[in-house]
Amino acid sequence: MGVIQFKNVGKVFGPKESGFVALKDINLEIADKEFVAIVGPSGCGKTTCLRLVAGFDNPTDGAVMVDGTPIKRPGPNRAVVFQQFALFPWKSVYDNIDIGLRNLNVPKAERQSRIAAILNLMNLEPYAEHFPHQLSGGMQQRVAIARAYVLDPDVLLMDEPFGALDAQTRVVMQEELVRLARKNPRTVLFITHAVEEAVYLADRVVIMTRAPGRIKEVLDIASIRKAEDWDSHEKIEDVMDLESFVHLRTQIWRSLREEKADQHA
Amino acid sequence: MNKRISFRQSVLLGFGGLILFIGLWHGLAISGLVPRVFLPSPLEVYDRFTTLLDRRFAGATLLGHMLASFERFAYGFILAAVVGIPLGLLMGWYRLLDEIVSPLFDALRFVAPIAWVPFAALWFGTGIGGPIMIIFAGAFPPCVINAYRGAKFVDPRLIEAANMLGTPSHRVIREVLVPSSVPSIISGLRVSAGLGWQSLVGAELIVASAGVGYLMVQGQANISTTTVMSGMVAIGLVGLALDSSLRLAERVILRKRGLEN
Repeated sequence: MGVIQFKNVGKVFGPKESGFVALKDINLEIADKEFVAIVGPSGCGKTTCLRLVAGFDNPTDGAVMVDGTPIKRPGPNRAVVFQQFALFPWKSVYDNIDIGLRNLNVPKAERQSRIAAILNLMNLEPYAEHFPHQLSGGMQQRVAIARAYVLDPDVLLMDEPFGALDAQTRVVMQEELVRLARKNPRTVLFITHAVEEAVYLADRVVIMTRAPGRIKEVLDIASIRKAEDWDSHEKIEDVMDLESFVHLRTQIWRSLREEKADQHA
Repeated sequence: MNKRISFRQSVLLGFGGLILFIGLWHGLAISGLVPRVFLPSPLEVYDRFTTLLDRRFAGATLLGHMLASFERFAYGFILAAVVGIPLGLLMGWYRLLDEIVSPLFDALRFVAPIAWVPFAALWFGTGIGGPIMIIFAGAFPPCVINAYRGAKFVDPRLIEAANMLGTPSHRVIREVLVPSSVPSIISGLRVSAGLGWQSLVGAELIVASAGVGYLMVQGQANISTTTVMSGMVAIGLVGLALDSSLRLAERVILRKRGLEN
């Protein structure tokens, strides 16, 4: 299972009365195996939302829960993929993926077979003994995704995972992620500022307001994807050409632009 | 300003500087401006140096003195590293320890190693303990400071990554904190070796019955400035060798991480 709940969540950095209000009155429930993307202007607190689920930060008000249990600290049932990969530079690809499994005291033989499987799934087999600095950005992020997926987490948290990659690599990774998510569905909370990416990947897109971050709108993508049969198109550019896709994208853009306009008023 | 200089050019320039220095020295020594006994010429020093290599002076050959010094240095340096690196890492990791130890440490490290000489003599007499203590006093602070910096400035994302992977804290220290601090620790060891080696000779000038510093004191007593300078050359050569080997270790480690500059 992997149900994420935000209940009246507020987050203030610094003193409660005078500090920076990053999040206010966040209420959101993400179903098991649902893929939710959060978009919003920079500084709107979308990454803070993810950090609360990860347990890196704790909410000032309300509660963040996974399967009904309030989150206090990080744990391997909530694997994180960071924008800057955060691989251990002194560990080989294999050892980077292995560390989480070792922490869970998985027997060696099982670790080996699980790592072999994930390396195969992510097309990383030839690079098992490479070190992160020997790999391209896209490859490093594959390793980071493999490191998260291999733990079989209830929840996968992705913080602008493709933000540091060039445009072509990003498209490849987006397609890979869709492939991976279909083969092995997980509850995913995906943070991005790229609107197309959110529409292409997510079942629902959450639009946030600028600080203090609140939820402005939640758009259901899954039903439209199904109705318009997006999945029959293999390539991302074909999906992006569909009228229904363009329509959704424009709708989100407008909503975000209103946020920007407010800022200048 | 920062035009690229090849390795060959760098070696040539280094030699050029050395030759210029020796030339000026030689010119000054033979000019008669300074009495010869106050400033021997480079040739005289070279001559004395080679003689000392196979003739005993102050109880041993120059190599013997260098070995005696190096042994003491090794003990003090290793002790400083073994105590200082874990202390620095823990100070960087545990805020409470940092708050307790840092003020005391910051005050003590300004006490020059040589200031410990009276206590070294009192507590250890002429045994090996005294010089080790003084080398330790010189080598300890850089070990602590650099390990501390390494631990303090570890990429917080790597700690977060380790935490979300469920790594227990003792393993976070061993598998993230320590390896991440290694480059800083190694550069600390370089500084530490330099300061330790400097303090050693200072210590030997006062409490020892062998070693390069002792040789120099005996040279002074015999008004043999060439002996004193031979000692200085020996100190410089050992120091250079120490630093080069640690620098090599540093480069090997950085290369493995892809951080080579």
